[in-house]
Amino acid sequence: MIEVDNISKSFGNNVVLREVSFRVAEGESLAIIGRSGTGKSVVLKHLVGLMMPDAGTVRVQGASLNEMNERELLTVRRQFGMLFQGAALFDSMNVFENIAFPLRRSGVTDEAEIEQRVMEMLRLVEMPGVESNLLSELSGGMRKRVGLARAIVHRPTIILYDEPTTGLDPVVSDSIDQLMRRVRDQFNITSIVITHDMRSARRIGQRIIYLREGQVYLDAPADEVFNSSDPVISRFVKGEADLKEEELL
Amino acid sequence: MGSIVLLAGEVFRSLFTTRLHWDEFIKQLHFIGWKSQVIVLTTGASTGMVFCAQTFFQFHKMKMDNATLTVVGIAMITELGPVLAGLMVAGRVGAAIAAELGTMRVTEQIDALRTMATHPVDYLVVPRFLATVIAMPLLTVLTWAVGIAAAYVLGITVLGLEGAYGLRHLYFFVDVQDVMLGCIKAVFFGGIIGLIGCYRGLNCGEGAEGVGRATNQAVVQSCIAILVSNFFLTLFLRGLLYP
Ligand SMILES: Nc1ncnc2c1ncn2[C@@H]1O[C@H](COP(=O)(O)OP(=O)(O)OP(=O)(O)O)[C@@H](O)[C@H]1O
Ligand SMILES: [Mg+2]
Repeated sequence: MIEVDNISKSFGNNVVLREVSFRVAEGESLAIIGRSGTGKSVVLKHLVGLMMPDAGTVRVQGASLNEMNERELLTVRRQFGMLFQGAALFDSMNVFENIAFPLRRSGVTDEAEIEQRVMEMLRLVEMPGVESNLLSELSGGMRKRVGLARAIVHRPTIILYDEPTTGLDPVVSDSIDQLMRRVRDQFNITSIVITHDMRSARRIGQRIIYLREGQVYLDAPADEVFNSSDPVISRFVKGEADLKEEELL
Repeated sequence: MGSIVLLAGEVFRSLFTTRLHWDEFIKQLHFIGWKSQVIVLTTGASTGMVFCAQTFFQFHKMKMDNATLTVVGIAMITELGPVLAGLMVAGRVGAAIAAELGTMRVTEQIDALRTMATHPVDYLVVPRFLATVIAMPLLTVLTWAVGIAAAYVLGITVLGLEGAYGLRHLYFFVDVQDVMLGCIKAVFFGGIIGLIGCYRGLNCGEGAEGVGRATNQAVVQSCIAILVSNFFLTLFLRGLLYP
């Protein structure tokens, strides 16, 4: 259970989040959508304590992250897996070591088991045979998938995906969507997905939050969002620019 | 300044409370210690020879030829060795540390590390700090050895010094305290280079520009810190070591 209560965040004069609140129940999957630059990635970073809110609280399984120091946060983060928007792979390591890293850190020492689990993850993200490649040899989409493998290999109970399918071709996107759904259903995992891909949001998100200008504009079940008659929402999900609004800006 | 002290505190806490990441430490020791030998050897040899020649030219006028090697030895051991090795290592290693950690920060690798239940201080800072602290005295000893050997060879082959006299005087006038003074300074400079390099990297600004600035600041600030602290270390340790 993740509870976000009235968090606000600014960077200098740039007010990014204004009193954002939402809850995510255990086993639920939530999609966060919204225009570029509205603070989606910033919200996600607050959930694992990578950023601290200026005001408001974030609680994970009842424990407030605000009062924790970095070492206490480390233990809370053990239950999380996170895919960064830019993949954030360790460029001093090859693909295998990147995926093995969270396993080793969570205390798995048996090399045979590590190898077996890393290989299995590479198969799941449809990239078998690249384990000894350096990161510089991978394309952007391939990095994203290695990042995904690294985020879920240690079987976390809460997974945060920042744009998992951006930059992937439609076929791979589709299989990544399926993978995320499979992971969610198999282990009763809580997942939070930021996405610009409405098809993917519809398929993964049971609930959808539409973030607009740093505020939760709408928080509703998926079909409600996709059938919404609110012009702001319907234009966003259909991907149509509002010329009047653009002119006003 | 305040936050670098906090980082130092965190490093010491981590040193005593968490297990060392041996593989990272060995890797850093290899890069920081082993691979710095070339620049340190060059610096040591060049300084030893130049210093020996200049000292000889002046001393020769006063017929004090045999004191040349002693002066070179003492200066190398207490001041030139640790300071020059420190400045060279700050340029090579401090810059590399700041650039690497800075790049990791701007590409969110450090955030990724944190989400994988790994404290950046344990995993990144402590191995680098320990490696510089251990490598610096070893590199300094290397500087002494090459510097004095180069001065000796130059002295007896070109300047016509008496080898046996030179060595005897050197042995007679250089105390254990001088060697200790040099070593303590080297350890201290190693700590400065490791800490400032890591601090600048971890707190680097955005983008390529941020990494560039962090690298630049790491080198400039460690060099200044080495030069300034050297003076005070000399005064303070002299009082302590030579009662
Ligand atoms: N570390 C930071 N320091 C300063 N400003 C930041 C930082 N991180 C994010 N911001 C600012 O916060 C705002 C929201 O950024 P964020 O990355 O959350 O957008 P987003 O909704 O994820 O956009 P996109 O869909 O393009 O990824 C931006 O204006 C950005 O400049
Ligand atoms: Mg984003």
